[in-house]
Amino acid sequence: MTYIVKPQFHHPSLTTNKLGFTRRDYEGRVSTLCAGCGHDSISAAIVQACFEIDLEPHRLAKLSGIGCSSKTPDYFLSASHGFNTVHGRMPSVLTGANLANRELIYLGVSGDGDSASIGLGQFAHAMRRGVNMAYIVENNGVYGLTKGQFSATADKGSKSKKGVVNSDSGIDLVALALQLGATFVGRSFSGDKEQLVPLIKAALTHKGAAFIDVLSPCIAFNNHKGSTKSFDWVREHNEAVNKLDVLLGRAPITTSYEPGSLVEVAQHDGSTLMLRKVAHDYDATDRVKAMTYLQERQAVGEIVTGLLYVDPEAEDLHDALNTVHRPLNGLSNSELTPGSGALDKINAALR
Amino acid sequence: MTRQIQATNDFVVKFANVNGSGSASANGLFVKAILRMGVAVAARNIFPSNIQGLPTWYEIRVSGNGWLGRRGGVDLMVAMNPQTWDRDIAEIDSGGYLFYDSTKPMPASKFRDDITVVGIPLTALCNAAYVEPSKRKVLKNIIYLGALTYLLGIEQDVVEALLAEEYASKPALIPANIEAMSIGFNHAKANLKPLGLQLKRADAVGDRIFVDGNTAAALGAVYGGATVCAWYPITPSTSVAEGFTDYCKKLRHDPETGEARYAIVQAEDEIASIGIVVGAGWNGSRAFTCTSGPGVSLMQEFIGLSYFAEIPAVIFDVQRGGPSTGMPTRTQQSDILSAAYASHGDTKHVLLLPEGPNECFEFGAQAFDLADRLQTMIFVMLDLDMGMNEWLIEPFKWDDSKVLDHGKVMTADMLEAGADFGRYKDVDGDGIPWRTLPATHPSKGAYFTRGTSRDPYARYSEEGAVYVDNMERLLRKFETAKSLVPGPILKKASKQTAYGVIYYGSTSPAMDEALATLEARGLQVDALRVRAFPFAGEVFDFIAGHELVFVVEQNRDAQLRALLINEGGVDPARLVKVLNYDGSPITARFIQAELAKGMGAVDVNAAGEMAQ
Repeated sequence: MTYIVKPQFHHPSLTTNKLGFTRRDYEGRVSTLCAGCGHDSISAAIVQACFEIDLEPHRLAKLSGIGCSSKTPDYFLSASHGFNTVHGRMPSVLTGANLANRELIYLGVSGDGDSASIGLGQFAHAMRRGVNMAYIVENNGVYGLTKGQFSATADKGSKSKKGVVNSDSGIDLVALALQLGATFVGRSFSGDKEQLVPLIKAALTHKGAAFIDVLSPCIAFNNHKGSTKSFDWVREHNEAVNKLDVLLGRAPITTSYEPGSLVEVAQHDGSTLMLRKVAHDYDATDRVKAMTYLQERQAVGEIVTGLLYVDPEAEDLHDALNTVHRPLNGLSNSELTPGSGALDKINAALR
Repeated sequence: MTRQIQATNDFVVKFANVNGSGSASANGLFVKAILRMGVAVAARNIFPSNIQGLPTWYEIRVSGNGWLGRRGGVDLMVAMNPQTWDRDIAEIDSGGYLFYDSTKPMPASKFRDDITVVGIPLTALCNAAYVEPSKRKVLKNIIYLGALTYLLGIEQDVVEALLAEEYASKPALIPANIEAMSIGFNHAKANLKPLGLQLKRADAVGDRIFVDGNTAAALGAVYGGATVCAWYPITPSTSVAEGFTDYCKKLRHDPETGEARYAIVQAEDEIASIGIVVGAGWNGSRAFTCTSGPGVSLMQEFIGLSYFAEIPAVIFDVQRGGPSTGMPTRTQQSDILSAAYASHGDTKHVLLLPEGPNECFEFGAQAFDLADRLQTMIFVMLDLDMGMNEWLIEPFKWDDSKVLDHGKVMTADMLEAGADFGRYKDVDGDGIPWRTLPATHPSKGAYFTRGTSRDPYARYSEEGAVYVDNMERLLRKFETAKSLVPGPILKKASKQTAYGVIYYGSTSPAMDEALATLEARGLQVDALRVRAFPFAGEVFDFIAGHELVFVVEQNRDAQLRALLINEGGVDPARLVKVLNYDGSPITARFIQAELAKGMGAVDVNAAGEMAQ
């Protein structure tokens, strides 16, 4: 056996969502990652987010590249179709899948090796094309499956488990995503479920390219002193700019917020993002200011987290291509094949 | 007196030009005028990988008998490029003609005494008539078109009508072009005699169309139901994507809303292109990319994923001269092996081998049915010769009763009825499993697609027996493909013969002519045109039925021959290589000479050897 089946039992008192699903209905196979891996916390957050937004599990397609992070789609949403593609190329496969059926929700799961090293090009182009997706990078700054080499997001000066100091500059995927035109950009920490779950909910409901960089410490190869991707380091340097609640549809607002500190952002799908400001000068709807703020805080060693940017009026690749509103994979023979009459005219024009 | 070749409706004209000089449209008009006179013609553009300033040639085969391959040799050289003068002059057949711009005197040593030299002071005529440099550049071409119209007996009103059609969208340009044509025509008439090469109105074109294979393949993709095209520009395949875009704009918009029933993405590279195709194929859309050899090299990893995870996909590979950047604007059939066995590990892929634009259209559509039916990568192997040159072919045909074959797609009803769904399970014994598309059913039929080894129920497995079982099933599926792909076409010689020839792709028109010429000389060869890989049993029966079989190809390493030996266990000694790989399309004279030599006959005309 090279896979592990999870028992189907669950406690009868487990709560259900609007569709009658329990949280267990969003789970997958038993994870084969190391005990304590940050990635498993992210999988759990994905399960929680999908449960909370009342998603029909089969209406989501999960895609990934290669690496520890890319194995995780097997560990959540067993009722969804999944595609573990090739290293660094998940964005293109997701783009094609999205073109074929615009009605599904697309979740791309990748890692820092997968997206910032081999797949940097595809990451960039999926963002600038505005593919409608939630793209999560489980960022641990290290190659886990091959046992501890630096990845391209490792900070300059950080130390590997073997004591090697990284001399290359780290790639900041958040800064890139902002510059490249992603219409939803967030950063979070696998150890902060309260922050991560709403971000994933908002990304899944956002129309357009939504990117979340999740710092996810590698318990086996990058959780030591000298690493800037360890649990301790991230906890110490984590500075959230805001706190997010996602309100679905016409759900009544039940949480009370302090006056003056709240920003409401209405999304295309009818959901509302309720943003409580933590950093008072931070405006998550201003791309240029967000970029400046992030650069400034990064320079003093902070890891800025939260919903960093959102464009609620975003359009996606289908809008740009003016494709029909029905899925392309469901078009009929007569809608696709022009027939012999049209061919006669084409022939006539070629004489 | 120099011997002069005398021929009506059967000769080769070659234009030597500088690219970017506007000659292409004049040369195109020349060809269309011949077609309008009811005479069959084949035209081949031989061009550099460059936009302006380098040599380019346009070779026109006029054939009353309807031969549309390259014949070899040149009867009339229209030498408009001083850079290539010496080699252009050398290429003319003895007794042939040279047409040149005589404005500047040339030393006698620059000519040959066994050809007829026809000079026209083109630059002088042009400069006398026009002042603006832009007009001088473009209309000079029309002036030589006018002169050739007189010299070759082309009907003047046919050319005038074509000029009017050519500039229908810019009518102001029509009188100037007709005037330029008359300047050339009248000067030639006043000063020269018609050549021994003459055109005479005939009725040999019929309802045939004049079109290039890339356009035909693009149209095939439209008719085959392709909805997603992802591509990256590369010569010589770019016009497949452009053709698909143009035809989709005309044929694939919702009449009510104007929305597109297709999605075309110009991706950032070939890897992203094939990734998008694989993603769309996984999700049930018919998707393709078009590329050339370097692109196929980049796509290797995804091709293996398509093979192993069993994702339908189509690649149009318009082959060019390799390896590496090679000869990007010259033709070859040199991607056969790299496509057939593309990607690491044990892989084999279906190749369709069209012979020209008709089959580019037909196979272009069929490829999508095959991709869905076989759930794998299908290569349609064009080449630059058929892809970028317009060929005179029978009109495209389409059977309206045809329904797109989506293969084994399990529906929600089937799952509901209790079908035992195993994504990689061989239920029907043909090696082809059933697949579900994402979101088919709320609780049944989902699976995790991966490039890793897995069991029939798509569960990750590294067990040896499970792996081998799956690999053997993929072989059974490849066996099934043999009965689905286009079969070979046999042309038997008039008499029983021990000689056979196997060929494929754009070699076809030159082969037709070579076979007829050999027959006329009493040399019989049975011919088999291979149209797909994997090879049907008939291919090996054909080899077994002949003592010696020539395998004619346009590559250095006899790639199809290697495939035949490898897949059929054929004794290599029985397969004789006949190879043309200098980048120019193969000629009838070359094939004829090589086959005659192989059959022990001394060839009377050794011309047309591959450039050494």
